[in-house]
Amino acid sequence: MLSRTADNLFWIARYMERADTAARLLQVGSRISLIPTAQGFRSEWDSLLQASGMAEGFGRKYGDPVQRNLESWLFFDRDNPSSVASCITSARENGRIVRTALTTQTWDALNMAFQELRQLERQERSRLDLSMLTDWAMRQAALVRGAIDATLLRNDGYNFLNIGYYLERADNTARLMDVKYYVLLPSLELVGSGLDNYQWSMLLRALGSQRAFHWAYGGDVTAAKIADFLILNRQCPRSLITCLAGIENHLGRLAKAYRREMAVQEQARALLADLESETAERIFDEGLHEYLTRFITGTAALGGAIHDTYLSGEMRGCA
Amino acid sequence: MRLSVDHVTRYRFDRPVRGAVQSHRLMPSECHSQRVLDWQVEVTGGIRGGRFRDGAGDRIQGWTIPGPLAEIVVTVQGTVETVDLAGVLRGHRETVVPDAYLRDTPLTAASVALADLAAAAQGGDMLSLAHALSGAVTAAIAYVPGATEAQTTAAEALAKGEGVCQDQAHALIACARLRAIPARYVSGYLFAGSTSPPQQAAHAWAELHVAGLGWVGFDPANACCPDARYIRIGSGFDAQDAAFIRGVARGAAAAEGGESLEVAVAVHAAEQ
Amino acid sequence: MGYFDEMNGGANGGGSNARPPYARLGDWLQSMPAELRSLKQAEAEALFRRIGITFAVYGEGGDPDRLIPFDMFPRVFSGAEWARLERGIKQRARALNAFLVDVYGRGEIVRAGRIPARLVYQNEAYEKAVAGFVPPKGVYSHIVGIDIVRTGPDEFFVLEDNCRTPSGVSYMLESREMMMRMFPSLFRENRIQPVDIYPDKLRRTLTSVAPQKCNGAPTVVILTPGHFNSAYYEHSFLADLMGVELVEGQDLFVDGEFVYMRTTEGPKRVDVIYRRIDDAFLDPLCFRPDSMLGVPGLMDVYRSGGVTICSAPGAGVADDKAVYTYVPEMVRFYLGEEPILQNVPTWQCGKPDDLGHVLANLAELVVKEVHGSGGYGMLVGPKSTAEQIEAFRAKISANPANYIAQPTLSLSTVPTFVEEGVAPRHVDLRPYCLVGETIELVPGGLTRVALREGSLVVNSSQGGGVKDTWVLAE
Repeated sequence: MLSRTADNLFWIARYMERADTAARLLQVGSRISLIPTAQGFRSEWDSLLQASGMAEGFGRKYGDPVQRNLESWLFFDRDNPSSVASCITSARENGRIVRTALTTQTWDALNMAFQELRQLERQERSRLDLSMLTDWAMRQAALVRGAIDATLLRNDGYNFLNIGYYLERADNTARLMDVKYYVLLPSLELVGSGLDNYQWSMLLRALGSQRAFHWAYGGDVTAAKIADFLILNRQCPRSLITCLAGIENHLGRLAKAYRREMAVQEQARALLADLESETAERIFDEGLHEYLTRFITGTAALGGAIHDTYLSGEMRGCA
Repeated sequence: MRLSVDHVTRYRFDRPVRGAVQSHRLMPSECHSQRVLDWQVEVTGGIRGGRFRDGAGDRIQGWTIPGPLAEIVVTVQGTVETVDLAGVLRGHRETVVPDAYLRDTPLTAASVALADLAAAAQGGDMLSLAHALSGAVTAAIAYVPGATEAQTTAAEALAKGEGVCQDQAHALIACARLRAIPARYVSGYLFAGSTSPPQQAAHAWAELHVAGLGWVGFDPANACCPDARYIRIGSGFDAQDAAFIRGVARGAAAAEGGESLEVAVAVHAAEQ
Repeated sequence: MGYFDEMNGGANGGGSNARPPYARLGDWLQSMPAELRSLKQAEAEALFRRIGITFAVYGEGGDPDRLIPFDMFPRVFSGAEWARLERGIKQRARALNAFLVDVYGRGEIVRAGRIPARLVYQNEAYEKAVAGFVPPKGVYSHIVGIDIVRTGPDEFFVLEDNCRTPSGVSYMLESREMMMRMFPSLFRENRIQPVDIYPDKLRRTLTSVAPQKCNGAPTVVILTPGHFNSAYYEHSFLADLMGVELVEGQDLFVDGEFVYMRTTEGPKRVDVIYRRIDDAFLDPLCFRPDSMLGVPGLMDVYRSGGVTICSAPGAGVADDKAVYTYVPEMVRFYLGEEPILQNVPTWQCGKPDDLGHVLANLAELVVKEVHGSGGYGMLVGPKSTAEQIEAFRAKISANPANYIAQPTLSLSTVPTFVEEGVAPRHVDLRPYCLVGETIELVPGGLTRVALREGSLVVNSSQGGGVKDTWVLAE
């Protein structure tokens, strides 16, 4: 297929996954702000903005984190390229460009998300309930993903979509964990304290994995369990290993379909092998932040190699 | 006269580019005033592309140069045997009809001053009118290197009263078209004498279509018609259309980085 | 003024019996009460919107996802009517291509004094860069869209020719699709010739003009200016139906003697490019140096036989409104035949005699810009106010050569669904003639309808809609 088509498909997936993440952040942030503290109510908006990499843009435009502005910024604001509205619009535009590479159901899901978004945008904000908005966004993301899984031909386009989803998801999970460790915690003494545990729970919630975690591990929430769950557990749909295995799998399918192995397949296999031989203890020995930084750099390099090999049209990186 | 040409064009990119594509008009015209003894065009790292003879009779050769590239060097070397036909283009095969060269381009668009200049020229017949127009341009635009740029129009050069051979040729073309004489831009080489140092540009003049004679060259820069010192390469509506080399570099680096161009042309009279 | 109504014959629905091609539509109309009709209309609209057929109008802003209004009442031709149209259209397409090969070659028609040299060689659409080049199979214009109007039972006139990239064929195909979905019974009762073979025929036409250096099965692509273009839907629709890639300039590159597209499996050679971008943007090395839409070096590959470009660069010189006047002359000159389809009588304001006539009769005439399109920059005398006419008079006097004038034709009408029921509305027709190794015409075309009462302007940019066009099998 045309490299540009593959690129458009890849970005449809990334934008829908990113919209989903933005909606989850919004949901968790507003929930935290309902919890009373000695001083009034908790606010973790700063850290959430940091987590999503959207803090700087928000600060420039609005200054202090006021709930209403945050809702605008994360959901509606077109100045924020990672807002739900921006992501859905970009995903749909990418979809329009490659209409013929999508099934009717997939296009319908993308197009309906966009059309409904335009209706939401026309409504008065005071009438829009935040949980309705976040539910709506997560539902749209699920509908698109579902349409892709249920109807799309299992050809190279399907592989590029999946690679986009997994790559975006791996990046989001890693960043959220990293921010938890270095931004959420005011000081290192708090590691292992009640506050620490509370913040880990919030992270699980942001990743929509709270219940899954309890089913899988039971008992208290501890840093080691969570790291194991979000990094090394293949049952967790958002764990780094699940995402990398997904990327590796779909890259392998591409090599098979094209009857040509490129350097990027080996690169993905190596990253996955690293993860497979990892344990939670070793990660904490290295330092979670150090580990995650290494992971983020590694997947970014993999993303770059995927771009160079398949999406740029230059086909660099012959094995 | 036996003339040898050494023509080097060097493109340098501040940041390497992913590759380049060029279209060359660098082969001597096939006509009675000149005969090619040997002629070579080389491009560093280049791959020859499509080659054909266009409707105006010029030999065109496409090139692709795969990157990454920090530099492209185009070298033209050759020897041509020339005779003086008083500027008349004979034995040149072409399809484009002269009427097509009555059309303006932005570089040769008319202005009031150009129209005045054209209207003032007197000539009993078309040939003497053509000579008069060429003389008028020579008088109106002084040859001052560096006075103008590649994008300077005929009207701007005339307003300034200064320019190089390109500007004088453009002005003559504009004037001729204003008098309903088909006119075109010609690029080529000029032997400027055995003591002349290498030049930073090749030469250019104009051809006007004179009924009965056909295309006749006029060089307002030297106030003469091309003779045995001239080698004709190609033609076009204007300098851009008749350029030796048209090309683009590709890749993001090409858009961001700077590019510099260096040209060295040496024309010698070879030993007989 | 009386109009010919294609269903009822007489002027303004005067006849009581439907003309034969429309005979079976009366019952259908009876069987559709107003409620059902609005239901069907809503259904059609929802379908169009869901498929995403939309049309953005240049410079109008507004809704980028605007729909072209679709009218469910079909326009019908008998087999015999069509047979004559078909012969006339093919004849014209042959003559236009012969003209193009000629004016980029020896220019016999000019030498013979049958068309002024100025109109050809000083025409903006004349491309010096392709002079002396004969494209594969001698075809310059591979898809000729000929706009035809009707004024009586046997009176058809050609309004203009489109030799570059006539658009709208997706509406022909989608309108048919819509009608077959909504009214299958109509297709059982009337023997309607299919149009859905068009994409196949187009693909075969394009592969038949593969370049000299192509060996093996030619790879065809459609080159679009991009997804912001108002006709992007049509480009992607055709690419999908033909099973070819839809590319932008950035997807193609020149390497050595050939053009390649960038794919996930590496470079793939391209042999035939059906381009939907203008000449000026094709290749910055040959045309506009600032073009970002084209492919650098493309023209060198084209001229040396490495790729075919459809329509061929330079084809526009044949569909200029001033050159139009001479098409009947082309038919006689190249084919030695009498034109089957007539031109609308046309006055060229560039000619002093014609200019005098035009200025004296502005209130009765339609005046158009020579290079205009889309119904812009034109004056419809009988529908204009005195001030509008005077303003136009000044424009014409300032630059006469830029205008042509034609009598206001009494365009035929076809029954059309309107607010109050069914009423006659003016229509025109654009069939798409395919020219390759063979010359073919799909039985049908795009019927455009002026939805405003009394309006003669059918352009979609000016409130026009579309109808399905039927050709009955005899």
